[in-house]
Amino acid sequence: MNKILMKGNEACAEASIRAGLKCYFGYPITPQSEITEYMAKELPKRGGVFLQSESEIAAINMVFGASAAGVRAMTSSSGPGISLKQEGISYIACAKLPAVIVNVSRGGPGLGNIAPSQGDYFQATKGGGHGDYHLIVLAPSTVQEFADLTTLAFDLADTYRNPVMLLVDGLIGQMMEPVEFKNTRYKIQDTRYKKDWALTGAKGRRPNRIVPFAILAQDLEKIVLRLEKKYQLIRDREQRLEFYNPTKMKVSFDVILVGYGTVGRILKTVAKKAQMDGLNIAVIRPITLWPFPYKEMREKTKWAREILVVEMNNGQMVEDVKGAIGEPIDESKRIHSYCRMGGVVPTVEEILEEIERITGSKK
Amino acid sequence: MKKIFSKPKVMTDEPTTYCPGCGHGIAHRLIGEVIDELGIAERTIAIWPVGCAVFGYKFFNLDGAVVAHGRATAVATGLKRADPSKIVFTYQGDGDLAAIGTNNTLHTANRGENFTTIFINNATYGMTGGQMAPTTLVGQKATTCPYGRSIQNEGYPIRMCELLNTLEAPVYLAREALIGPSHIRKAKKMIKRAFKLQIERKGFSLVELLSSCPTNLRLSPGEAFKWVEKNMVPYFPLGEFRTPEGGKNA
Repeated sequence: MNKILMKGNEACAEASIRAGLKCYFGYPITPQSEITEYMAKELPKRGGVFLQSESEIAAINMVFGASAAGVRAMTSSSGPGISLKQEGISYIACAKLPAVIVNVSRGGPGLGNIAPSQGDYFQATKGGGHGDYHLIVLAPSTVQEFADLTTLAFDLADTYRNPVMLLVDGLIGQMMEPVEFKNTRYKIQDTRYKKDWALTGAKGRRPNRIVPFAILAQDLEKIVLRLEKKYQLIRDREQRLEFYNPTKMKVSFDVILVGYGTVGRILKTVAKKAQMDGLNIAVIRPITLWPFPYKEMREKTKWAREILVVEMNNGQMVEDVKGAIGEPIDESKRIHSYCRMGGVVPTVEEILEEIERITGSKK
Repeated sequence: MKKIFSKPKVMTDEPTTYCPGCGHGIAHRLIGEVIDELGIAERTIAIWPVGCAVFGYKFFNLDGAVVAHGRATAVATGLKRADPSKIVFTYQGDGDLAAIGTNNTLHTANRGENFTTIFINNATYGMTGGQMAPTTLVGQKATTCPYGRSIQNEGYPIRMCELLNTLEAPVYLAREALIGPSHIRKAKKMIKRAFKLQIERKGFSLVELLSSCPTNLRLSPGEAFKWVEKNMVPYFPLGEFRTPEGGKNA
């Protein structure tokens, strides 16, 4: 299979179609519009349904409908549009419907800007919408990984009957890199998942009903407890991170850098450079932001003198890192946070300076 | 003894949750009769709203979903596009269809989505306790317009059939009132026509049913029917606004 040079957004769209996507609904917003445009061009040719919805709110509810019919369904947007979808996402989570939602995020809050940002971390991992639910959140850091995790997203959504969010920043969406699509066999209906709950008409069986509410408190608690049981299973089975250790042999580190997505790939360059300066540095790059890879994070950071969490937001993931390592959020001395906001991408040089500052101050 | 009258086959034995004199029960029965007569129960999917009819799924032996307030037409769009062989209807109130969901209603109709919307217009928010609806009449009191709806503050009640009739795509737009045998019979004909047009894949059909909410009108069932006839019918004229043969004003 040859590698193709593609934008991240296009690679995501192509991977979705190859994963058996039947229905895509979307509304234009920068920096994700290439997904919508690619779908408009390709999906109808390949047996699927493309529809530009009247709003992001409509799009997520169309996803509810298509998913309820038993087909693979998806929408994509960016921060402000994802905010609009939150009510629908909460309904989909309560209704136990599989769905894939892509957030090619941009600077916020407010209209913000269209520069790459990780400011939607809390929104994606801590709820976003109302009520007791979780999304599975995947955070690719290359175009190839964007494609691969898109395939995984559809499988996880069907396996757990849960909405899955791909959270990338605009940089991953917009950059071009060579990408290889591993699963070339295209099938519109994935037969691996028996969707006997789908709304296909009550012929020869009792009616299927998708009812995301329970009027009595005790009944709703039962629904939430069932969801929670599923979330625990996901926590046990689906935590993913990449551990990058350029020194290979070391088991203890001067600094462990933590970052996801675009930051994750910058940190790898930082680690290589810092090693040349004589520091032992490794990188932890969370791939699942929910479930957060608490266990491995705790183990891998055991022998690190300092931990530096780098984010393109106001310090959101660092709370999970502190939680994973078991240090108080407001008074951890070992865990440091370095943040750029508003769409500013941190440079290798400034992160090296930050490393120098935290290691130097302890000497 | 020969049984000459019973509930529609597609309806369950579950007692409805509606108040005496409420139009929902009548509308449900009409939909049930139409589904039975067309023999489409095994391929019909119902999209239920937020509001008193949120329990609608309990009363029908149909596949169905309860969806977010205002979004029934968006959900139905996704469902029908995913599987055009199914018969899909949404069941929505005035707040759902003509306030929070107006955008979705308008664009669904404009795309000519091939499904049917049953629109219950009772000029109030029933389940939340009688607040002002987009169709609340001028001067009509509600808990959020306790001195009566004023044109200056709240504007005019929206006539949805007339609004949608400005669009090119819809194939059927009709309005009736659930206020007596002759009207109810006409309403059933309209519902049947709407479903038939969907079966023939003609496009979007909507039937608006003026309906009584005695509880929030603080009237007896009989008085509530009269109230609808006296106050709603003059403002919301009855008839078929759009048919496949063309426009026909009420």
